[in-house]
Amino acid sequence: MSRSATASLAELGVNPASELTSTTTDHATGRVLPVRGELAGLLPWGGLRRGSTVSVGGSTSLLLALLAGATADGCWAAVVGLPQVGVLAAAELGVSVQRLALVPRPGADPGPVIAALLDGIDLVAVACPLPPSLARRLTARARQRRAVLIAFGSWPSADVELTAESVRWNQLDDGAETLRRQEISVRSGGRGSAGKPKHVLLTFGEEEIELPLVAGEPSGSDEPADAGPDLPDELASRRATTRGRPA
Amino acid sequence: MKDSRLLAVWCPDWPVVAACTASGTSQHVPVAVLDGNEIVATSAVARAEGLRRAMRKRMAESMCPELVTFDHDPQRDARFFEPVAEAVEELAPGIEVVQPGLVAVPARGPVGYFSSAEQAAERIVDHIAQQTGTEAQVGVADSLFAATKAAHRNVIVPPNQTAEFLRPLGVHELDAPELVDLLRRLGLKTLGAFADVPENAVASRFGGPATRQHRLARGLPERPLDKRKPAPELAVTETFDDPVDRIDSAAFAAKILSERLHENLANRSLACTRLGIHARTEHDEELHRVWRAAEPLTPRGIADRVRWQLDGWLTRERLTSGIRTLTLEPVEVVNGTALQLGLWGHDDERAVRALLHVQGLLGPDGVLTPVLDGGRGPKEQVRLVPWGDERVPVRNPDHPWPGRLTRAPATLADDPAVLKDADGNEVGVTGRLELTARPKSLAVNGRTQEVTAWAGPWPVDERWWAPDSHRAARIQVQTPDQAFLLIRRDQRWFLEGVYD
Repeated sequence: MSRSATASLAELGVNPASELTSTTTDHATGRVLPVRGELAGLLPWGGLRRGSTVSVGGSTSLLLALLAGATADGCWAAVVGLPQVGVLAAAELGVSVQRLALVPRPGADPGPVIAALLDGIDLVAVACPLPPSLARRLTARARQRRAVLIAFGSWPSADVELTAESVRWNQLDDGAETLRRQEISVRSGGRGSAGKPKHVLLTFGEEEIELPLVAGEPSGSDEPADAGPDLPDELASRRATTRGRPA
Repeated sequence: MKDSRLLAVWCPDWPVVAACTASGTSQHVPVAVLDGNEIVATSAVARAEGLRRAMRKRMAESMCPELVTFDHDPQRDARFFEPVAEAVEELAPGIEVVQPGLVAVPARGPVGYFSSAEQAAERIVDHIAQQTGTEAQVGVADSLFAATKAAHRNVIVPPNQTAEFLRPLGVHELDAPELVDLLRRLGLKTLGAFADVPENAVASRFGGPATRQHRLARGLPERPLDKRKPAPELAVTETFDDPVDRIDSAAFAAKILSERLHENLANRSLACTRLGIHARTEHDEELHRVWRAAEPLTPRGIADRVRWQLDGWLTRERLTSGIRTLTLEPVEVVNGTALQLGLWGHDDERAVRALLHVQGLLGPDGVLTPVLDGGRGPKEQVRLVPWGDERVPVRNPDHPWPGRLTRAPATLADDPAVLKDADGNEVGVTGRLELTARPKSLAVNGRTQEVTAWAGPWPVDERWWAPDSHRAARIQVQTPDQAFLLIRRDQRWFLEGVYD
């Protein structure tokens, strides 16, 4: 990313990478919405941080899997512009569909619709192509409203980009067997510390077989992504201490 | 329960009656009282012309050109209601004004005195008519809400039958437009249907404020009874050097004293739901009135009631001198922190509002919500209903559904597909539910891929063998890098989903 692009993102209020770190307080106070185990390793905050924008590409299952942890935890999710989304698959991937709203056709002017959703829905997945200027405005809106914007497809100002490099299933056997176990190979990237590429193999099976996190290069990237300077981290922990004290 | 029985006296169309009385207008012409541009009350004649509450002024005037309109004035409503309240009080001590046009009194007093509720009601209505020339109706029930609804219908609800009385009434009887709108969208059209929703579900689904409406719908008091008497030191008193005898000075006194009372309450995290107003005149006349509020009173709400009451007393001709001492006493208080429980389900409320907002932009069908249903295919197992509609499965999802797939595709489709064997012939499904040949290539959306493996076929309905069945079947197909769900209908293959 060029320097000028970074500067213009800063003008738009995009957080510097040093803020893309999380503390346990963030999780406890609901600033980071939960995701299932292996996905947590891909996200610099160990979950979906409120106010952030995450782009997802290459797999609808991956998009739906991102919604699972938070909706099961009581959050609301909306999927905009994806009339063909498989809700049954969403339920199988762990999404609480009673807190899922679909806006299949947001119309010729989707901006106000998505903005209205960001006002009250915790996770808003957007699958319709938008002009970059509108996309940036919505990213800013999500930050302001402390919602998580999940872009299905490319997005000009995503904090994290998740790309499914392959989606594989157990081998069928000429009439026998059936599709049971799904493996999605996911690469994450993004700006700043989130930009270090990581790879994870997500497995969704009938028994929800959880494979250990497969760390990509560089080695040790599955450590907390607190690559920013020490100071903000120290501030964060100090904040946590202050908050823990009775008023 | 007997102790909580209330008798409500209701004067129909009170803002109209007050406006007509004040202006000397006959009530037998079409009259509407407007708040801004919107009708808040109409005379019976205007209703016969089709005018309704919440109707716009312009529309009302086009429907009824001879309509006489008045601006809404709560103070006027209160001022002309005081004689009615007094008339009730002469027969039934201990009255509480709920709002101008509506008073409540514990039923055991007047009912005991007049031997039956019917007789008490008759005597009260006659007495009001004689004293003030005002038409009134009486209702008796076990809660204020139900007694009010009973008064609207002029009925005495027998003890312990309040819930039954309320059941058939429409949800619009609740004074909560947003909730009523939501309940209707959910298909809950009567108070009984709403009452049947479990209380914890109401709290989580509709938010804390709805739990109070839910209590009302079930015929319970607005709040659980709290026998605690507010401490006497909460009351505030003011003695005026210049006796209050004009409405403007009364308004000022009301404001000052209300703020003091509110501060007293707020310091103890309390809020007032029944407010006693006492006044003593220069000539030592004692005046007393209790106002009862459904919602805890805000400082503004307290000031309004004090101002209305003082106006009523001062306008009354029998008052021979100005008010020397004024006392505000909280007769019933609720815990202010308990009110914070209204924040239950706050997040759900935000989501509900956002989705209603989007429905406002796109129409009701613009926001859909899934209901998991019984069935075999990935589409029939999900029913999408407009947000707010009832979400009940039409087929039993727990029923065994042979042929149901273990996994559903994340992307649904409905595109023609061509499945061929190694010789380039189309692959079909036999009556014995077998493929006619091993599939080798799949063409869909203009792209042909090699088929590496497949599974199925599975029947789409149970009566595969029946001659009238659709003979539809599904198979799963793998290509080097993708997996698909195909369905065969009418001798043709269709792509039903992509396992991406």
